[in-house]
Amino acid sequence: MPTVSVKRDLLFRALGRTYTDEEFDELCFEFGLELDEITSEKEIISKEQGNEKAQGASDVVLYKIDVPANRYDLLCLEGLVRGLQVFKERIKTPVYKRVMPNGEIQKLIITEETAKIRPYAVAAVLRNIKFTKDRYDSFIELQEKLHQNICRKRALVAIGTHDLDTLSGPFTYTAKKPSDIKFKPLNKTKEYTACELMNMYKTDNHLKHYLHIIENKPLYPVIYDSNGVVLSMPPIINGNHSKITVNTRNIFIECTGTDFTKAKIVLDTIVTTFSEYCENQFTVEAAEVVFPNGKLHTFPELAYRKELVRADLINKKVGIRETPENLAKLLTRMCLKSEVIGDGNQIEIEIPPTRADIIHACDIIEDAAIAYGYNNIQMTLPKTYTIANQFPLNKLTELLRHDMAAAGFTEALTFALCSQEDIADKLGLDISATKAVHISNPKTAEFQVARTTLLPGLLKTIAANRKMPLPLKLFEISDIVIKDSSRDVGARNYRHLCAVYYNKNPGFEIIHGLLDRVMQLLDVPPGEKKGGYVIRASEGPAFFPGRCAEIFVRGQSIGKLGVLHPDVITKFELTMPCSCVEINIEPFL
Amino acid sequence: MADGPVAEVLLRRLEAADGGLDSAELAAELGVEHQAVVGAVKSLQALGEIIQAELRSTKRWELTAEGEEIAREGSHEARVFRSVPSEGLPQSELMRLPSGKVGFSKAMSNKWIRVDKSAADGPRVFRVVDSVEDEVQRRLQTVRGGQAEKLGEKERSELRKRKLLTEVTLKTYWVSKGSAFSTSISKQETELSPEMISSGSWRDRPFKPYNFSAHGVLPDSGHLHPLLKVRTQFRQIFLEMGFTEMPTDNFIESSFWNFDALFQPQQHPARDQHDTFFLQDPAQALQLPMDYVHRVKRTHSQGGYGSLGYKYNWKLDEARKNLLRTHTTSASARALYRLAQKKPFTPAKYFSIDRVFRNETLDATHLAEFHQIEGVVADHGLTLGHLMGVLREFFTKLGITQLRFKPTYNPYTEPSMEVFSYHQGLKKWVEVGNSGLFRPEMLLPMGLPENVSVIAWGLSLERPTMIKYGINNIRELVGHKVNLQMVYDSPLCRLDNEGGPPPTQEAA
Repeated sequence: MPTVSVKRDLLFRALGRTYTDEEFDELCFEFGLELDEITSEKEIISKEQGNEKAQGASDVVLYKIDVPANRYDLLCLEGLVRGLQVFKERIKTPVYKRVMPNGEIQKLIITEETAKIRPYAVAAVLRNIKFTKDRYDSFIELQEKLHQNICRKRALVAIGTHDLDTLSGPFTYTAKKPSDIKFKPLNKTKEYTACELMNMYKTDNHLKHYLHIIENKPLYPVIYDSNGVVLSMPPIINGNHSKITVNTRNIFIECTGTDFTKAKIVLDTIVTTFSEYCENQFTVEAAEVVFPNGKLHTFPELAYRKELVRADLINKKVGIRETPENLAKLLTRMCLKSEVIGDGNQIEIEIPPTRADIIHACDIIEDAAIAYGYNNIQMTLPKTYTIANQFPLNKLTELLRHDMAAAGFTEALTFALCSQEDIADKLGLDISATKAVHISNPKTAEFQVARTTLLPGLLKTIAANRKMPLPLKLFEISDIVIKDSSRDVGARNYRHLCAVYYNKNPGFEIIHGLLDRVMQLLDVPPGEKKGGYVIRASEGPAFFPGRCAEIFVRGQSIGKLGVLHPDVITKFELTMPCSCVEINIEPFL
Repeated sequence: MADGPVAEVLLRRLEAADGGLDSAELAAELGVEHQAVVGAVKSLQALGEIIQAELRSTKRWELTAEGEEIAREGSHEARVFRSVPSEGLPQSELMRLPSGKVGFSKAMSNKWIRVDKSAADGPRVFRVVDSVEDEVQRRLQTVRGGQAEKLGEKERSELRKRKLLTEVTLKTYWVSKGSAFSTSISKQETELSPEMISSGSWRDRPFKPYNFSAHGVLPDSGHLHPLLKVRTQFRQIFLEMGFTEMPTDNFIESSFWNFDALFQPQQHPARDQHDTFFLQDPAQALQLPMDYVHRVKRTHSQGGYGSLGYKYNWKLDEARKNLLRTHTTSASARALYRLAQKKPFTPAKYFSIDRVFRNETLDATHLAEFHQIEGVVADHGLTLGHLMGVLREFFTKLGITQLRFKPTYNPYTEPSMEVFSYHQGLKKWVEVGNSGLFRPEMLLPMGLPENVSVIAWGLSLERPTMIKYGINNIRELVGHKVNLQMVYDSPLCRLDNEGGPPPTQEAA
């Protein structure tokens, strides 16, 4: 969930009233926001870098507000204020208009070289805007929030904003060999080639995260004006030439990307939010984009669309009984201008370009419910009549674990993920013999594989509890994972039961006795006849020679028991003899 | 050592005594340490009403080591006087005597001796009087004789200043017969034996009383893990509410069931390498229900079922990618898909509690794997009000009654609500779960009828368990670093009951 940080006093001024922290928290809760933290720049720096560094930092109170991940329109102060003011019916939702310029329309021409790297671009102009320091900061911050969220760290969309008065159109969006791109990047005084830039930014804490998007591509995307001035090399950096400042009056905005829909949403979000500060409020100057196929598109789209939703559907989904008129009023408070039409049960809802999150009637229904107030909805119990059933494997597990504890063993709960070493090397096995599933992106060795046996987890539990009085008697009944090409995903779980006895003597007879008890509980008699169980001498690299047996039930092998090999004991950092049993309990279902 | 010789003597003396006796006096008479008598008194007291002992504290004057010496040998000044013969003694010789330095000035000020500085071989000391009365020695002897009270306050304090006398506080017992006084305490029995039962001898024998403040011996027993005790309770609650358990025994899931089926777009951040464990082997799902896959693909990329969709290029390869399931909702999706294939539709209530995996940054409250609890109800015409009603019943069974609901965003539910409960300890509202109605874009491609709604909610198993058992670091609860003592000591889990001692009568 993105967090937006706004100055409290600035926020209250824009809202036209002040709130106590509790009141504002309450308002957020009702609207679906979360007042996550009340802090200040000073406090943040002091927390992260210590009190000394915080000296002289601003102690203006900041509200950190969590915004739902699909509400791009709320990612800055202007958007939050507009949303809350409309919600509280203090203002009407603005109508955003695309207008044609008095002079020539700005043009962005996309060449076909971009197709393989970053094929889409959209653009628009904010004309006669008036920034202040706070507005300017918010404008920059919104771009950053969009980059981090909907733009997926610039991979899907990257935004460039430019001082139009320093440039002359038409603009060209193309892709060139890195060595052929040379310009003065933002906040630098000399020119660099794209290769040099990529090298330089490897150590830049902010930009280094975006390099991978184009790094190994033969051509890099780049935007020029008609004089060959570089506007930007998306998604990495803008040129210094067209840099915007607090005094910039005319802004050219371009968004390039690999996702056309998202590029349009991003452009709409920026222009709707900041057109508030234009001389003609809420108007945006159009720009034309010429696609490689010659087709001409005009942006921003600022598309308004109408949806029809029946009032009784809203009532039925939420569980309320409101008149269509009231429902229309509720929706209007959510920036969805609505009116009752037709037979008096239809509500016509206008979806503004700011609400890209509304893609289905269910999104409209949710907004009606939010405006009604979730906590005002009458709670009722559904009349759904059903008979409960346990999942048989879990039922058996539940019954067995209680009796394992009754037999004097203590239940452990160990991780399903572990290192290759745990399930192979430490047990004297080769990893290829385990049929384990392997994880492709583990951050540490602890998450290399899913366990194929419960034994390592229990031995590690003992190792972490060596100070406890002996004997240690542990068990676990849980799932292991094995590759299995007969399953749709190519792997399956097995429910295992594992128990260990750790003491000054191996206690094989105790583990053997436990197996006998488990068989008794499962109603499996000893002996080969009549579906009974037997144990037969066996061997395994994890066991002491001559102290291992395999367990057969109705002729089928279900596991092994025995005294652990001293090498295994040592590798798990243990010092005492240890015996264990591990069986698959699924044959007993 | 109630059977010790001192105790026996004490009882015999007490039998003969008129009224009672003093422990210190008895010690003096027996020539034993006073502490030995005190020990005997205490052990007799532990036996019940055999004796009564009243603690008394008395102050007494005692001689210091130096005082003892003076009582025996005489004061330093007297010793100086005695060592001076009638013909006198050179002062330098006198000073070499053991009492010389201390005794000289005192003897001088008592005017017992004088110094003749004009003598030929240096200063010489002569007697002034023929005999002296050694008052200091006499007084100390008086104190030693136990008659300190015969001395005046001033005399005692002067001797104390000279560090010859100290005042000590002596705690003694005044011992008298108890209501069950008997001299035959040595024959107490410790335990009832089979012989005593058969012979009936227990009737005549006194039994040593038990020390009820000592701890009992804990039984040898096995223990269930606290997190799984809580899991058992949650299963019980769902079963009480008529919910059927879904199969969740597949940690490995395809991206399709984990994300795509839930209408979670392929560029969603949760599908990032940083958040999800993907598999290297087996890297891809081998089979997918292709008819359904096509409906899902269309819904994502073009929309349908009343939705605009996400309008992007949906890729089958992305859906095939295997992963460790990031939520049990993948199992719910499979269960709902199976339900949708059954015609006609029958309402269903499902639940599951099992492990999920996240490739997240780990800290005191986050592990790479945890347990998720999920409840699902599918029926015609379910509402948000129904969801809240079911949640109220569910949380009431957990002992949580103060609930409120906050709008939120989840990729696959709409409307969505976070569940908050008022935490008495923290004095604030804390999130206890997440919920919503599954999106039509998820349900309709499965083949569920259009007027069927599915309400669902989820929460983690670890969080309520950590709160219940007061555990701050999740590693102490889950995984091999668990503290087994904590497992041994953990109480029963009754979620609707805070536990702790039963209320007192007044409180009840």
